[in-house]
Amino acid sequence: RPEPNRKSLEGAESPYCPATFHNLQELRHSASLANKVFIQRDYSEGTTCRFQTKFPSELDSRIERTLFEDTVKTLNNYYAEAEKIGGQSYLEGCLACTTAYIIFLCMETRYEKVLKKIGRYIQEQNEKIYAPRGLLITDPIERGMRVIEISIYEDRASSGSSSGSSSTSGTSAR
Amino acid sequence: TCNGHSYIMKNCEYQQIDARALGTPASSFQPCTEMKVPRLRRKWEVFPGKNRFYCDGRIILARQSGILPLTLGLIVVTSVLFFAFDCPFLVTHLTVCIPVIGGVLFLFVVISLLQTSLTDPGILPRALPDEAADIEKQIYTSGSSMYRPPPRTKEILINQQVVKLKYCFTCKMFRPPRTSHCSLCDNCVERFDHHCPWVGNCVGKRNYRFFYSFIVSLSFHTSFIFGCVVTHLTLRSQGGNGLVQAVQESPLVICFFSIWSVLGLSGFHTYLVASNLTTNEDIKGSWSSKRGAEDSGNPYTYNSIFINCCATLCGPMPPSLIDRRGFLPPDDIPPVAAADLELSSFLAKNDTNMVGMPSSGHTS
Repeated sequence: RPEPNRKSLEGAESPYCPATFHNLQELRHSASLANKVFIQRDYSEGTTCRFQTKFPSELDSRIERTLFEDTVKTLNNYYAEAEKIGGQSYLEGCLACTTAYIIFLCMETRYEKVLKKIGRYIQEQNEKIYAPRGLLITDPIERGMRVIEISIYEDRASSGSSSGSSSTSGTSAR
Repeated sequence: TCNGHSYIMKNCEYQQIDARALGTPASSFQPCTEMKVPRLRRKWEVFPGKNRFYCDGRIILARQSGILPLTLGLIVVTSVLFFAFDCPFLVTHLTVCIPVIGGVLFLFVVISLLQTSLTDPGILPRALPDEAADIEKQIYTSGSSMYRPPPRTKEILINQQVVKLKYCFTCKMFRPPRTSHCSLCDNCVERFDHHCPWVGNCVGKRNYRFFYSFIVSLSFHTSFIFGCVVTHLTLRSQGGNGLVQAVQESPLVICFFSIWSVLGLSGFHTYLVASNLTTNEDIKGSWSSKRGAEDSGNPYTYNSIFINCCATLCGPMPPSLIDRRGFLPPDDIPPVAAADLELSSFLAKNDTNMVGMPSSGHTS
């Protein structure tokens, strides 16, 4: 099988979907971690949880920009839904206050429910979109909600492939 | 909740089969000949901050409990004396509601106090080595030969206002806005208000509402006891002997001295809640307009007292970010395989059809 050339865009197969990775199982057996990309938080609207949608250069040859942006935007929407202050959150807060917040021991808060939805969404995205491209998204909750960590895997069989590019462009918001 | 545990079982069995099949023990793995599963450690056991954990990670306390025992003791002793000496008299002379109200307030105070002390205030976990290296890489320009320490501040725009983020050398990350590093607890805490010695914990994003309800209910409680004891003493016709009199009046004295500070603190925090400020920001004067610039003002305020109060006190309860009760990867796996472990644990979750949630208790 021809080794996918990540630098050039020519080739029989789409450069975004090299033939070597088809699913998570193959990824497990034949891949090794090459690099990690960290998507930082976007604080332009305050302290609510949002991630930057700027496309990192390391993923340039691995995944289409639109797919990546869709994932991040959907995650941002989920977090906005979790942290929304409105009728239901006031009700939950006032009810909790009257019971001296003991109700938090028994009930699952709305935030936790949305976090579970986010976990399932990330799982599904990994299975369908990212693992076939040799990528893996880590749930931000496991990194303290600071970053979305995307691990880039290399095919072990391909020898001599460069492991990760040096990034000179920062992804900090200005 | 035991997906990490199930991975270990699989891994241990795999190693054992592998060793027997080959006939020679694999040199890089410890042979699991006794089929003994190594005891899995939970993440709270290796937590880097200065905190203490009880009940297998369910309860978190600061290293120095400060004067929390004193606070609890004062509240309990004062309330018990009130119930013992003043309530019988006032029930017969006034109304039976008095011990009921007193009891409800007392419960509120104690529960709020315990929740403030034993809840994770919003501790941010420290950056893992990969993340820290990535941050440093972004800061250095390539080809720089001299080692420069990471710059201490980064400027960002929040609601069209420039805010400086500081780099935390202990936690190896740029602190999110409104986050501060508590030197007593050695943790970065989100929306850091202050470290309260009376409560023995930091007051931050997750336990500010408990703290506020504690001081407000304590104000009501001390005022209530003060009023009841004064009523009692004015209604009494005879005076008892000196010692009994002194003991009966001690709630009065305690309440008299504490009422001013507690009421003052409640008033101050009501002002902070209404303007969406933290004690930290107020003391440092971060948003005061003494610089005269047009755009200095609190970028986090909703410009409405009602919405500020609701957002701070009735907003959604954020989850604990430190996964105290989650399992650590076992020590006997060689570090090379650690990266693959992450992938395998992800797949184990996938296989057992569990959602990718850390296994933390959701009490705090």
